[in-house]
Amino acid sequence: MATDPIHQFQIIDLFPVAKIGNFEIAFTNSAAFMMLAVVGLTTFLVAATARRGLVPSRLQSAAELSYEFVATTVRSTAGAEGMKFFPFVFTLFMFVLTLNMIGLIPYAFTVTSHIIVTAALAITVFLIVLLYGLWRHGLHFFNLFVPKGVPIYILPLIVAIEILSFLSRPISHSVRLFANMLAGHITLKVFASFIILMGGGLGAIGWIGGILPFAMIVALTALETLVAFLQAYVFAILTCIYLNDAIHPGH
Amino acid sequence: MSDGPRGTGDRNEPPDDEAALSARLKRLGNRLAQTNRPSENGSGPRQTADLSGFARGFRLSTELVAGVIVGAVIGWLLDRWLGISPWGLIVFLLLGFAAGVLNVMRAAGVVRDRQLNDD
Repeated sequence: MATDPIHQFQIIDLFPVAKIGNFEIAFTNSAAFMMLAVVGLTTFLVAATARRGLVPSRLQSAAELSYEFVATTVRSTAGAEGMKFFPFVFTLFMFVLTLNMIGLIPYAFTVTSHIIVTAALAITVFLIVLLYGLWRHGLHFFNLFVPKGVPIYILPLIVAIEILSFLSRPISHSVRLFANMLAGHITLKVFASFIILMGGGLGAIGWIGGILPFAMIVALTALETLVAFLQAYVFAILTCIYLNDAIHPGH
Repeated sequence: MSDGPRGTGDRNEPPDDEAALSARLKRLGNRLAQTNRPSENGSGPRQTADLSGFARGFRLSTELVAGVIVGAVIGWLLDRWLGISPWGLIVFLLLGFAAGVLNVMRAAGVVRDRQLNDD
């Protein structure tokens, strides 16, 4: 049915790529939109930096703006040492932002509304934090779980809680982005279907009444644009906070 | 003399003026350093992340749920592997809930971050 609000999240196999065991690995619409985002981003950044002028062109200042924005975020959250991870955070932020923004275009597919994608990104961040922390500080990294100034008799309990809190990070990290995008797009679709239902059910009066949900869609689209940006930003800033733990585990 | 309480001696004695100026500059420098330092050390990222009440509420609820879920999954797996059902689930659900509450308090800024505690 055209008004099914979940229909927009359907994964469609475009063509098969490989076969591992019984699993058919296909190139899906999700993968196509990810490719589109990567190609689009790369083209944008390469084109923006191809002719570097002292007086920047519009494209160049857009690229400089995004660089400055992410660099400020990284510096203020993870410190000057965190700039080591700038390429990673920048890539993540731009990737998520582009996917969110592409998803706002009607008929486009929202890749970030699938938890498998956001979970993969969050687990990547989690593993980088864990491996870098261990590589950089060795076992000293586990001081992260041992707060100072805690009486010895409740220390085991606190350490257990801290470890669970650390393990829960990728979950809240991925769920936040995924749920925001999913909920926003479903709300949009539901309000859009109200127009069709009213028009179909009530005729002319229905179409006039449909102005109300239509106004709502306009407002929601504006809100979703904000959410798309905000969630990409939150994803990036949480990455920075976690990286900060890997760089300075409990000092 | 006639400049009022603030200006006494400022105009008439150049060395004093210099000293006052340098003292003031030093104070300004200190203040600037104080305001700049926290942002470099990595505190205060939370406030900027929470722009709207909805986003904030959503963030806090996911933090709590994430803690509980991790606790439940670990407890369930331990039960299955060690055959100590239902104790693993009970203990780890409670620990997970505590971790969730800790997450929420950290996200809300009620409990200060580890880094700041140690300074």
